[in-house]
Amino acid sequence: MNHLSVQFKGVSKKYTHFALENIDLELPTGSIMGFIGANGAGKSTTIRILMGLVHQDQGSVQVLGHPMPSDQAAAKLDIGFVSEDMRLYGPATLAWHMDFLRPIYPRWDQSYADKLVQRFDLKPQQKIKGLSHGQRVKAALLLALARRPRLLVLDEPTTGLDPVARHEVLQELMAVLADEDRTILFSSHNTLDVEQISDQITFIDRGRIIDSDNKEAFLDRWRRLRLLLPPDTVLPRLPGVVEVGGSGRLPVLTTNRFEPAMVSACNDLGATVQAVDTMTLEEIFVANVHCRRERLTA
Amino acid sequence: MHSDILISQSDGRPMYLQIMEQIKQRVAVGEWAPGEEIPSIRQLAVSLSVSVITVKRAYLELEREGVILTQQGKGSIVAPNPNLAPRLFHEEFSEHLEQVARLGDLLGLSSDEIAHRTKEASNRLIEARYTKETL
Repeated sequence: MNHLSVQFKGVSKKYTHFALENIDLELPTGSIMGFIGANGAGKSTTIRILMGLVHQDQGSVQVLGHPMPSDQAAAKLDIGFVSEDMRLYGPATLAWHMDFLRPIYPRWDQSYADKLVQRFDLKPQQKIKGLSHGQRVKAALLLALARRPRLLVLDEPTTGLDPVARHEVLQELMAVLADEDRTILFSSHNTLDVEQISDQITFIDRGRIIDSDNKEAFLDRWRRLRLLLPPDTVLPRLPGVVEVGGSGRLPVLTTNRFEPAMVSACNDLGATVQAVDTMTLEEIFVANVHCRRERLTA
Repeated sequence: MHSDILISQSDGRPMYLQIMEQIKQRVAVGEWAPGEEIPSIRQLAVSLSVSVITVKRAYLELEREGVILTQQGKGSIVAPNPNLAPRLFHEEFSEHLEQVARLGDLLGLSSDEIAHRTKEASNRLIEARYTKETL
């Protein structure tokens, strides 16, 4: 069995005002990838290419061993997809939707669907048009989960949810991962959600992947060093430092390749290292985007 | 058995360290006995809603410290003689001490004053623990 559920190689797609360029992406089976980017960064376009809804100009896409878009019909039987712009049928109830999908998907699990109705606090007889935004998201997610797909692709699943609903959704996503053969890709601009449940993290900005790694490595590599310099010293450029902030005598270095030797290197330059701070995923994302954009305009 | 491990997002420390600390406490108070089987990485990840890779890292570090043993394909157990003198806590402790020294210096405290204040803090902790126990 293929150990990668998703593999993009050199994928590009050009539009008049936007281009996705040379996307490489690998998602190991049995893990969760959080796909982070600002609005308009290319998250949804990438996901649509993954689903075969948009065809790439160049590069190859393999999903669960199927080449996309050519083999999309077979692939889609095993993919559960939920996106914001996907509409359920307003005049019908959740129960109607379940009855509609059950015969289409051979692995549909009604007892799991019933359990999710309880856990998500939904009413099967209520019409979709009477549901709140959060209930609609949970209903769509239920319909995707109950098919027991091998790959779940979720475009912004937690956006606009209240804290309780967010919590329920994250918990249910993790429950899927109890099975080692299931895989999840979800996009978000909420770094807190991604930080909590993701194994793999990918940052996208302006149509390019700017960083992709396992979460622990990400959090380990990035640090902020707060220094105190003696008067009239200028700090030379240090390798691995992506940003220098702070003030003249109190510079703050941001690095994406931290190692303890950096502290001694600073000491050797006469600086006092006052603190080595860890960074949250959000800070890492923002610093990453900044330094990448600066390099492009420089 | 393990659902009461609590991960705090406002705790500044990485999640894997929080998981390690709580497992150690569990072993220290005997809730998880030496030789006892503990949840698999995936089970614990699901019950905490925390990524598999984070729990894996906590288990790897715990194994390196001699708190747990992991057998390939067989799951993990608490080590027969769990070593609870934690290397990482020592490192963290030293880091905090350096911060104390630096802030003390900024405030113009003498090293005797810094030592005195540290002792006071330690006494307060013991008192608080004592009151809790007698309640």
